[in-house]
Amino acid sequence: MGIAERLAGRRFFVTGGTGFLGTALIERILRTIPDAPVFVLVRPTRRAGAQARVEREILRNDCFARLRAELGDRFDEEVARRVTGVAGDVTIDGLGLDDAGEEALATADVVIHSAATVSFDAPLDQAVEINLLGPSRVARAVVRASAAHGSDPAHLIAVSTAYVAGAHQGETEERLLSEDRFNLAVDWAAEVASARRRRDEVEDASRQPSQLREFARRAHAEQGASGTHLLAARAERIREEWVRSQLVEAGSARAKALGWPDVYAFTKALGERALVAQHGPDGQAPVPLTIVRPSIIESALAEPRPGWIRGFRMAEPIILSFARGLLREFPGVPEGIIDVIPVDMVVATLIAVASQGPQDVPVVYHVASGVRNPLAYGELLRLIQEWFGRRPLYDDRGQPISLPQWTFPGRGRVQRQLRQATRLMSLAEQGLQMVPFRRKQAEWAAKLEDRHSMVERARGYAELYGAYTETEARYRIDRLLELYESLDPQDQRTFCFDPAVIDWSQYVSEVHLPSVVERGRVRTTPGRSVGPDRQSRLRSAVLSSERHLAVFDLEHTLVASNVVDSYAWLASRHLPANRRVALVADLLASAPRWLSLDRRDRGDFLRFFYRRYEGAPVDQIAEDAWDLFHQYLLARCFPAGIARVRHHRRLGHRTLLITGALDLVVAPLRPLFDDVVCARMSERDGTFTGHLTELSPTGEARALLLDRSARQHGLSLSESVAYADSVSDLAMLEAVGFPVAVNPDSRLAAIARRRGWLVEHWSRAAGGTDQLLPLAGLEHRSITTRNRSPR
Amino acid sequence: MTPRPGFVLEVDGSTPPTLLWNGEGFVLERLPEGTRVIYPPEPLPPLADPVAAIRDALEHPVGGTPPLRALLRPGMRLTICFDDVSLPLPPMRAPDVRQMVIEQVLDLAAAAGVDDVVLIAALALHRRMTEAELRHALGDRIYEAFAPHGLLTQHDAEDPDNLIDLGRTAEGEEVEINRRAAESDLIVYVNICLVAMDGGHKSVATGLASYRSLRHHHNPTTMRHSRSFMDAPSSELHSSNWRMGRHIAASGVKVFQIETTLNTDTFPSQFAFLQRREWEWSLRDRAAYAASAAALDAVPKRIARQIFHAIEAPHQMTSVQAGEVEAVHELALEHIWRQQGVAVEGQTDILTMGLPYICPYNVHSVMNPILVACLGLGYFFNLYRGKPLVRQGGVVIMRHPTRAEFDPAYHPSYIDFYEQVLTETTDPIEMHKLYEESFATDPWYIHLYRTGHAYHGVHPFYMWYWCAHALEHLGRVIVVGGDTKAVRRMGFSPASTLADALELARDVVGPSPTITHLHVPPLLMADVR
Repeated sequence: MGIAERLAGRRFFVTGGTGFLGTALIERILRTIPDAPVFVLVRPTRRAGAQARVEREILRNDCFARLRAELGDRFDEEVARRVTGVAGDVTIDGLGLDDAGEEALATADVVIHSAATVSFDAPLDQAVEINLLGPSRVARAVVRASAAHGSDPAHLIAVSTAYVAGAHQGETEERLLSEDRFNLAVDWAAEVASARRRRDEVEDASRQPSQLREFARRAHAEQGASGTHLLAARAERIREEWVRSQLVEAGSARAKALGWPDVYAFTKALGERALVAQHGPDGQAPVPLTIVRPSIIESALAEPRPGWIRGFRMAEPIILSFARGLLREFPGVPEGIIDVIPVDMVVATLIAVASQGPQDVPVVYHVASGVRNPLAYGELLRLIQEWFGRRPLYDDRGQPISLPQWTFPGRGRVQRQLRQATRLMSLAEQGLQMVPFRRKQAEWAAKLEDRHSMVERARGYAELYGAYTETEARYRIDRLLELYESLDPQDQRTFCFDPAVIDWSQYVSEVHLPSVVERGRVRTTPGRSVGPDRQSRLRSAVLSSERHLAVFDLEHTLVASNVVDSYAWLASRHLPANRRVALVADLLASAPRWLSLDRRDRGDFLRFFYRRYEGAPVDQIAEDAWDLFHQYLLARCFPAGIARVRHHRRLGHRTLLITGALDLVVAPLRPLFDDVVCARMSERDGTFTGHLTELSPTGEARALLLDRSARQHGLSLSESVAYADSVSDLAMLEAVGFPVAVNPDSRLAAIARRRGWLVEHWSRAAGGTDQLLPLAGLEHRSITTRNRSPR
Repeated sequence: MTPRPGFVLEVDGSTPPTLLWNGEGFVLERLPEGTRVIYPPEPLPPLADPVAAIRDALEHPVGGTPPLRALLRPGMRLTICFDDVSLPLPPMRAPDVRQMVIEQVLDLAAAAGVDDVVLIAALALHRRMTEAELRHALGDRIYEAFAPHGLLTQHDAEDPDNLIDLGRTAEGEEVEINRRAAESDLIVYVNICLVAMDGGHKSVATGLASYRSLRHHHNPTTMRHSRSFMDAPSSELHSSNWRMGRHIAASGVKVFQIETTLNTDTFPSQFAFLQRREWEWSLRDRAAYAASAAALDAVPKRIARQIFHAIEAPHQMTSVQAGEVEAVHELALEHIWRQQGVAVEGQTDILTMGLPYICPYNVHSVMNPILVACLGLGYFFNLYRGKPLVRQGGVVIMRHPTRAEFDPAYHPSYIDFYEQVLTETTDPIEMHKLYEESFATDPWYIHLYRTGHAYHGVHPFYMWYWCAHALEHLGRVIVVGGDTKAVRRMGFSPASTLADALELARDVVGPSPTITHLHVPPLLMADVR
């Protein structure tokens, strides 16, 4: 009897279904085992229940394309009949199952536990909860559910990893860790307790005042005066990242101290021990148990199609970094064996193990290629190099990227080099952020930051994965081959898991690399890209008739000017030449103080600065403001910006100006906007008091104002556009569906780049009068006999 | 020594290089042998006593008009209109003719006891003049006497309250002009005839009109039928203005026209070489050329622009005539022809020209690409009577840096015209149909025109229509030394040297073309036979 007949109609219960291996497993069961229902344990999220996640994250994956094609219209019906989402969570004792879930587990014939955090740099506590405690929780849940329903416990197949054996040299047999004399008998319960304590300690430490100050400082350095709420949110994110990084470091240190390459292998190893420890002293298991230990799982050799892969695994980012010319060196010994196994072979193994049924005692299978069909690290690199030599990636100018020659240095040297590069880049980055750059320089800064994070990642790869290229362990697969030999020839073809069939050269060049490159969203064609680029796509979205509100900041968004030079211009309008010089000297001398005040709080700065208007004649200023506009501001405006406001109006969008400038100063701009929110000053006996009656909101208050204004007119912010130039307007930009960064400073440029916002570079008209100082009275530019403004 | 008339030189082996204007600068080019170079006549001697001449003209008007003195009486409404900053070019050294004439008119008005006097700058859809420009044109005394009381105004073609509809001409053209002027007992129009197109009925019918009225002659069809618009009998632009002017007169509006003509003394002494013939350059001229060229190379563009725009021409008055519009204009035209006329035998395959830093619409600001086209293909191309200087299907080669630079305060709608219209079409008829109205009625442009110094939203279209005759007539337009992108955007061909341009031109006109170079400014009018 073949595998399919033996397993037909058996009930499968699978954890980790949304993962790489789990998805492939579910697909294979559906396609090859007739009438076998599959229950998938999925953690419901706030947005989606278990069933919804199954549909969205598993069934819509292109893994199922073949099955969809084979079943045609019957696909939905077949899937609905056989696949059921079960809400639950392997980090909770008892898995958090409801009655239906309990029943599904109790009536299951085979439970395949493949849920894990496979990240090599997971925080210690997370890895402990999922990888260490997960398997034994599943085992206990099976025992409890079957006892409650009076049924036999299911056959539990736990997916582990070959690397639980640790970094020791030589061959490793397929046997339990407790039987391995190299493996340290670590007290797993003590490790669990310690990890949980560590979490609490780090959380506490992150709330120490000095730490909190540091987080606030970093948030401010990144976002400047973007408003209390946004800064607090950012600081809190930085704190969480800090906690995580501390726990990652703790995990990595503990793993290495005990001889494992990383926290993944370490917690998986202890997870196996915890699982086996539930056995009685006679070795009798409460549940029939099989452990399957794959090595590095990579894209499919043949099933469901050659090259199928889900998510980015370990080797892909390294390969792409290499092809991008980023990773100039990578540690490893060329003769070392890199143990890769295609995902479909692991899936086939799991199904074959399931069909064979449990043994009397727990047994272990390795699924690895290193002994039977070894792939040398040097050979893999040669294949990669050859492949990219023929099909290079292209940089953003459309030039092919040349590949570095790896010299196989030791891991230490590579890490040193990369650390050095990171340090240099962060220095350069800090330097750039200190200067308030705009426009192209700001773009460079953002690009540098991108590049920095890529190098940072490359450094991470070298640290994390270096061990796997240097490992000299060999994983024997005698038991696996025995199982393979026991299959009939038909099953050997359908469920092939003999690594000997892999032709590495063909696998790397024709299956794996094309798939990696296709999924890597990298440029594989030369020349500049044709068709609308990303920015013009964003622009046409901004200028779609579906938008309905466009809000603009004024200074440096539409006009290269600010409240200080407007004031200087107005104040110097009626001054004799010698007093003008004094005025300029005075303004220049105060500039640093204002800058620092402005950086701290824009509202305070404006209130303080506007005191200077005290005693100024209202009528005179009102009159002069028109000249200020036509002679000075208009010459410093960004024509493309003005054209953009007008474009929005033509499309029928409401236009709104929010600025800290005085109402008199923005009066000439009135016809461009449906609404203007600006500063107003109180008057006494025809002169200004220097006190504001109303200050246009700054920072996050702008977002609130925007929200109110939109609601007033029955408009939705998600269909609105906002234009601004600095991080102090971050709240406003974040509030709308279509934010646009105009001539952003380096901090906003970095944010815009990260979030994929439209960035506009608007410049002043090249033919405008170029005044060095904001002083009124250029001979040929003063107006007289003004026509009253049409209102 | 009597001034020498215009001259057509044939370039041979001994001819020194020819001076070509190149925007805010100039270059010396060796023109191919056989090229004809048309030089303007030398400046005519000015009137010995211009003030006496003005008084005489006011006392002895032409066309059957009584002396101005007799037309003035107490209690009347008098409106004095004057040409705006687009005339003369470059702005003339003080005192400006407008000041000289208006002072005499005001003296007569004061003597007659007229106290309702308003001055109006007749700027049509041009930008409003600045205080400095008004003071320069009128003198401080007039400015101080009128401006503070709101009696010095600038025509506002978008002020519905101050426009009056005078009905239609026999051809159905709507006539709408400044209400204050039309409702006055007398309009005294003070004009400067720099080129033959200026003056006559165009002064009031265009200078004081609204967009509604102007569109009847400022359109591509009229311009294509004005061959040239500098030659009244062959100009549809002229005919339309004359119909309107006669209609205005028939409506009872009384115009006392005063036209002045200037000699071609265009550049001050330090730039005297600009109006001398190269083979006659003295040592001083050569030194001045070398020094200017070196200085212009050394300074930033901004400074070079300031240097040029600070030039005030030593223009002097060659005639003044007053009275009935048409009779006055006849006389003025005679003076213009006497100063500017040059007889030229036959047309040419290729016409070359160097374009200077200034045209009527960029006084005190930058010359943008649309104005470059307008100066070369509108103004210079049309400096002819009889036949165009260049044959049908021929080529015009212009030299100008043609940078995509715009003055955002003076020419805001030009920026959008350049970005939105010229990217879609360079055909005057098509843009007239598709885009003109939206620019002409755009509230933002109207706002900037009325409250600031912006040319009206429709103005860039007019500049393009000015080129319509040339665009239809020519086989190709080549710009030497221009910004490639800007030149291509306008539908012209860029070339980096004159030799390259001539090579390109040969593809159009054949391998051994005739070449004529128009050596302006100073200005001339070619009488092509």
